This record gives sequence, C-alpha cells and structure tokens, in this order.
Amino acid sequence: MPGTTLLMGAVAYDPKVVTIWEGFRHYLAGKGLPFDFVLYSHYERQVEDLVDGRLDAAWNSPLAWLRAQRLAAARGRTVRSAVMRDTDQDLTSVVVVRADSAYAGLGDLQGQVMGVGAVDSPQATLIPLSHLRAAGIRPDEDVVVHRFDVGVGLHGDHIGGERDAARALVAGEVEAACMIDGNHLLFSQEGTLPAGATRVLAQTEPYDHCNMTLVDTAPTDLAEEFVELLLAMSYADPQVRPLLDLEGLKVWRPGRDIGYTALDRAVTQTGFYDERGGLTAKEYIP
Amino acid sequence: MLRVVGSDPALGVHLRAWCRGAGHVFSDEPAESYQIARGLAEQQRWTGAERAGGAAPTDIVRRPPAHWGLAARGALVEAGGPGPSFDLDDRDVVWADLAPRLYAHAAAAQWDPATAVDWGAGTDLPDDIETAVVQVMTYLVENEQAAMVIPARLLARVHPHFREVQQLLAVQAADEARHLEVFTRRALSTGRPMGTSSAGGRESLNTLLMEPDFSLASFLLSVLGEGSFLSLLGFLDEHAPDPVTRQVTRLARVDEARHVAFGVAHLEHQAALDPTLKGRLRAAVERRHDSLTDTAGLNADVFDALIILAAGSWEPEAIRRGHAAVRALHDAMDEGRRQRLTRLGFPADEAAELSALHTRNFM
Repeated sequence: MPGTTLLMGAVAYDPKVVTIWEGFRHYLAGKGLPFDFVLYSHYERQVEDLVDGRLDAAWNSPLAWLRAQRLAAARGRTVRSAVMRDTDQDLTSVVVVRADSAYAGLGDLQGQVMGVGAVDSPQATLIPLSHLRAAGIRPDEDVVVHRFDVGVGLHGDHIGGERDAARALVAGEVEAACMIDGNHLLFSQEGTLPAGATRVLAQTEPYDHCNMTLVDTAPTDLAEEFVELLLAMSYADPQVRPLLDLEGLKVWRPGRDIGYTALDRAVTQTGFYDERGGLTAKEYIP
Repeated sequence: MLRVVGSDPALGVHLRAWCRGAGHVFSDEPAESYQIARGLAEQQRWTGAERAGGAAPTDIVRRPPAHWGLAARGALVEAGGPGPSFDLDDRDVVWADLAPRLYAHAAAAQWDPATAVDWGAGTDLPDDIETAVVQVMTYLVENEQAAMVIPARLLARVHPHFREVQQLLAVQAADEARHLEVFTRRALSTGRPMGTSSAGGRESLNTLLMEPDFSLASFLLSVLGEGSFLSLLGFLDEHAPDPVTRQVTRLARVDEARHVAFGVAHLEHQAALDPTLKGRLRAAVERRHDSLTDTAGLNADVFDALIILAAGSWEPEAIRRGHAAVRALHDAMDEGRRQRLTRLGFPADEAAELSALHTRNFM
C-alpha cells in the first residue's frame, strides 16, 4: 500500500537476495517500520519503477544510481544516495596481465586482446575501459575488447564475467583482464589465478559502488525512519550480525554521491545511457 | 595503527580489498608503505560472548542454553547463531557423575570382533544343538538391534554440553554394533539359515523404542532389560556347546555390565534429586506390562533352544536338567532385577512385584 509501507526494490542477482531482504524485512518490522520489497530480474526496470514512484527506495548498483539520477532530473524529480555499505566505498579496479608477459604499462597493450566483464559491469568493463581511454588507448581501436557477458542486466553483480576473463587470461586467450581489486584477491586465493601467475598492470582511482537510493516521492517520515534504522544497525548485535554478514558489510555509512565520477564519465563516453537516462547502450539486452 | 610494508607488487591492491572486507580502514600513505586502522567489527563480534560452562565435568551447568549448541564445553561462544533443539538439556535428567569414568573405561575396553574371537575354533555340533545355537543367536541379534537404536536415538537428543553422556551412549551403540556382528557371524558360521523372529518378541522391543523419556527408556532398557540379559549371557557362557558361542557371549556380557552400571548410576543420581522418579518408574513398568499382556512373550523357539543348550541332548533326563536350568535362569534374572530395583530405593516387596511385571521377552 503506497504511503503506508516503505517499498524497496532489489535485484535478484543470486538466490541469497531473498534471504537477505526477508531478514531485513523481519528486522525492520520488529523495529516498527512497515517495510516490504520487490525483486527484479535486472536493474533497468527497477530504476524506471523507482523514478515512476512505484518504489520508494531501490538498492541500486552504481550504474543504476547514475541512470536514476539522469531519469529523475529529466522528469523534475530528485533521488539521493541515502545509505551505503562500508564495502561500497573506495573500491578500485585493476588491469591484470600474466606475470611472465613483457607489458610494462597500458600503452604496451596496443593491438592486444583484453578481457573484460559483462557489457554493463561498472567494475570490470566500463570503469577500466574509461581508465584506458584516459591513458590514450581507444578500446576496440587500439585494443581488441573481448567481453565476457555473464549476467547481463545485473550490472556486474554476477561474478561470472570477471572469473571467465581471469580464466581466459591464464589460458592465454587474452593478454589482459579487468576486474575489481577484491576479485583479484579472491581469484588468487581460490586458485582461478595461480599464485604468482599474474601481476597488476594498472589500478584505477577509488570509486564507490552500490547505494540505497531514495526518490523524493517516498513518504518522508518512513524514508527517514528507514535510513535511521539502517544506520543504527550494529555489528555488535547478534541478531543483526548475520544480516550484515550476508549483505557483506560491517557498518552502514551515510550515502554520498562523490564516488561516481569515473563511472559517469564512462557512461557518457560510451553512450550507455543518454542525458535523460534513456537506454542507448549498444549490444545491451538486459 | 598498523604500518605494512612488503615486496609483493600486488600488496596494495590486495590489502585495500582485504581491509574493506574486514572492516578496517586502509590508507596508501605514507609513500612506500600502507597503514591500517583497526575496525571495530572483530571486537563487536565478541560483545556478549560467554563461556559455555567450564571444560571439566565438575563445571557443567544445569540448563545449557540452546545456542551453545555444538560448541565445545568451556568454549567462548559468540552470541547469536542457531539454537538447535537438543531437548535433553537438563543436567538432572541426563547426567550421572559416573559417566566420565564409565566412558573412559568403555573406550579402553573396546575389542576387535575379528581378533577377539577365535573364529577358527570348532563349531562342529550335532544338528539339533547347532539349530538351537542359531535360534538363540537370531534372538540376540534382534534384541541387540533395539539396544543399539535406543541409545543412538537418545544420544541425538542430549545437549552436547553433557558430552560424556553422549560419548557413553555412542560407545554403547558401538558396543551393540559389535555384538550384532559377532552374534550374526556365529549364527551363519555353519551355513544354516537364521532362526525365527516372533511377533511377541518384536512387540516387546517395540515398546522400548516408543519410550521417549530418557530416564524411563534408560530404566526399561538398561536396568531391567540389559540387566536380565546379563543373566542370559551368563547362562549361555555356562552352557555354550562350542568355544565360539562361549567367547561371543562372554565378550558381550562384559559390555552389557557397563551399560547396566550407567543406567543404575544415572537413575540413582536422579532419584536423589527427584522424589517423583520412583513413581514414574513404577508406572512405566506397569504401562509396558499392560501393553504386552496380550502378546505371546518370549518366542517359544527361543525357550526351547535354551533348554536344548542346557540339556545337551534330547534324552529325557537331559531335558529335565535343561528345563530346570532355564527355570533357574528365570530366577536369576528376577533376583538381579530385584537387587537393582532395591538399589534404586524400592522396598523389597515392591521390587519383587515390579520385577514380576517385567516382560517375558527378557529385554
């Protein structure tokens, strides 16, 4: 019921999403907040429903956040990044090559094949390729971009594309692979990237990832209560800790919008969305 | 603040990612090194943690909470987590001070069925005698099945805080597993088919399986049932017609004596704390007796086999001796039950009365 329940959208990129938001729903209800959620199969419809006022809040990928901003601005609405996880702040992406390759800098990748994640992955495709452009290398012209399109529409939440790019690097099918810093650590630990077999050729500047986006049509009192309750969740609380562990954070931080500059630049460079938030990306079918 | 330096070129990349996941604050300054400010998460995780009692058996608590769950006794237990249902979670219901010692003794007394029995010793017996041995072994296997399943079921319900009780029940089930093996092996050693299993016998054992109360199940199985079996195994040891039969019954008897000791110790412990216990024990015996009134009791084939084993032949005089021996066995079982009931605090007349109500199936 609009106005009486705070309704949040989330994308079901993994079965655990049901467990996570059911847990939050139970927790928030216990704190007196009428809260419900709707699951989406991809971010684009979620963002459209948010800006259309069918949702009050959306757990958004960074790409979805940027589109929400553009869509909202075009319609005279406003959205805000209300809260984010501690783990959403100051991430970096890396360009990885085989340790025994001769590449000393991004410029050496001229004419080579580079593996990236899905077409809509901020961390494994859009931001790293923008980083290449800043170094004077034009994707698809100076380097051959091999995309690993797994979970298209999930904005890179599905790890499969990054893992496939990493495997292709080890197999010699690509000369470089792009991934988020944490996945380079993970792939090294799990053996997808054998110990000592790769090295980091380049690293982007820090950027931010997901945020809880609130739209200005959301009931103000419920929205404020929602934010306050999330920010008050303590890792010291044994009831809360499993939820935070599942969602991958230790503490909620107040939302900020300063960490999306690099992705915004990439979106504009590639025409992924137009200025009004229209879906203009090539070869993108969520 | 922790300053980190290292030679791995990916150190900064990985350290940043690791710190983010662990809730620490990462900084790539000053140059040529990294700094980590410790996050609060690890300390917060242990807020409200508590010791799951003390490690020693003397430091058990009366009612361990469900969320201690599978944690080792004495461990520092993080708050929260699952609360698995171990419904036997009252010290006064499951504990016996003798349990740790009995477990240690049981663990040290484990024997290997492959080597503890001289399987090569002869079992070349007259046909009727061998048939009687096979029938008795068939009966023992059936009873040992019940004696294995019951402690295993109870074990799964005991709160892990009472570890020694679980261990003892686990060894008890393992004891019965070995008994099943040796009795079966002896039964099949001459190539004959197994003997008969009567509905009345299985009905009697089924009433044991249906008893959900830990103390009552322990009382009916260990104190009365296995107690009676001590006499039966002693009888078989005395009248065994071959060395293998003698060895397997003797080995089993030692184990069963331990099971009876735990049952008695546990109930003694409980009787001292709970004045209503004796009344409940009495009611359990009467209830079981009533439910078995219309059943045939001991399998007639087993009764006959016991007589033949004690007689050694079908000669009338031998049969008379065999029958008298089985009557004496009944008396010995009754005497044993009465002694154990008396030890639990029943007056002599009540002990005699209750012993008489015990199942005719022995177990």
